[in-house]
Amino acid sequence: MSTEREWPLWEVFVRPKAGLDHKHCGSLHATDAAMAVQLAREVYTRRQEGTSVWVVKSSDITASDPGDKAMYFDPMEDKVYRHPTFYELPDSVNHM
Amino acid sequence: MTTSIALERTPRVQYLLRIADTCLIHAQRLAEWCGHGPVLEEDIALTNMALDLMGQTRALLTHAGRLDGNAFDEDQLAFLRDERDFFNLTLVEQPMRRSSAHAPGGDFADTVLRNFLLASWLQLLWQQLADSSDAEVAGIAAKALKEARYHQQHAGDWVQRLGDGTEESAARLRAALGRAWPYTQEMFEHDGVDEAAAASGLGPARQALREAWQQAVAEVFAAAGLALPAATPFVSTGTLGRHSEHMGFMLAEMQVLQRTHPGGRW
Repeated sequence: MSTEREWPLWEVFVRPKAGLDHKHCGSLHATDAAMAVQLAREVYTRRQEGTSVWVVKSSDITASDPGDKAMYFDPMEDKVYRHPTFYELPDSVNHM
Repeated sequence: MTTSIALERTPRVQYLLRIADTCLIHAQRLAEWCGHGPVLEEDIALTNMALDLMGQTRALLTHAGRLDGNAFDEDQLAFLRDERDFFNLTLVEQPMRRSSAHAPGGDFADTVLRNFLLASWLQLLWQQLADSSDAEVAGIAAKALKEARYHQQHAGDWVQRLGDGTEESAARLRAALGRAWPYTQEMFEHDGVDEAAAASGLGPARQALREAWQQAVAEVFAAAGLALPAATPFVSTGTLGRHSEHMGFMLAEMQVLQRTHPGGRW
């Protein structure tokens, strides 16, 4: 419909507590970044979910193409040696 | 149980009821936006603020009920008092949503502006109440202050956005200011209740807040392109228990459940 009258979309990232990473938790509409931070506080931290909020304009995010999924991610399926657990450690390095 | 109750009119209890009732009636008006906000996000913001105010009300009413000695609880005080026994500022009874029941006036600009004028006042009040000689009041104030600070910022941002927005939004904001301003005189009135509170260290007399309030308001008004109106001779009397024509309708809606199903819980 009248998309040009709609406020831009923002992605919201919330840090649950100090030391943890900001985690994506949803999106919202706001006219600018300052309003987006305030509304993110209202919508996504009402139940003590956060100690810090980031917002990013959704249009500023560049995502991988779903069509590339097979080429991008499937080749990793058979590369178990990329996991540390693949290797047997000598007893002398017990506590890694 | 359905009979109306009233607290003894001691200055101490009266002082607390003025603040508690102002928060309660303002919360009720804000809550009228629930499900009607201009956008979903702001709808949630308005009701979040209403809930903050409700929490402040509950704490103050409970405390006032204890001081009174009749052992009335918060629910009884909110739902069983008559109009003349409410002592909120007349400002907060005024309609602020165009389609709110029995109230043709008011729109989102009234909401934003009222919330800003009041949050600026409450912030200053809580700041001083945090040093109250009454430890319970000081505790309530310390918690409420954080909430009022946010309300002031959120509402202040909106005042700026509307004032500095389109011709239409600026005109609506100016009209809202014209409607609200005469009622702000009451925020700084002075009587025996104020005097007793200031003398006992319970809290500030209202007139002591005027200068700082005007300064805080003028700062945001400047950014919004609004001029601070001159003082008007009219002084409303809600804090004396004499209310505007809107109060009875509000209480009827607010109290009908407890009056019809006394003590009902859900």
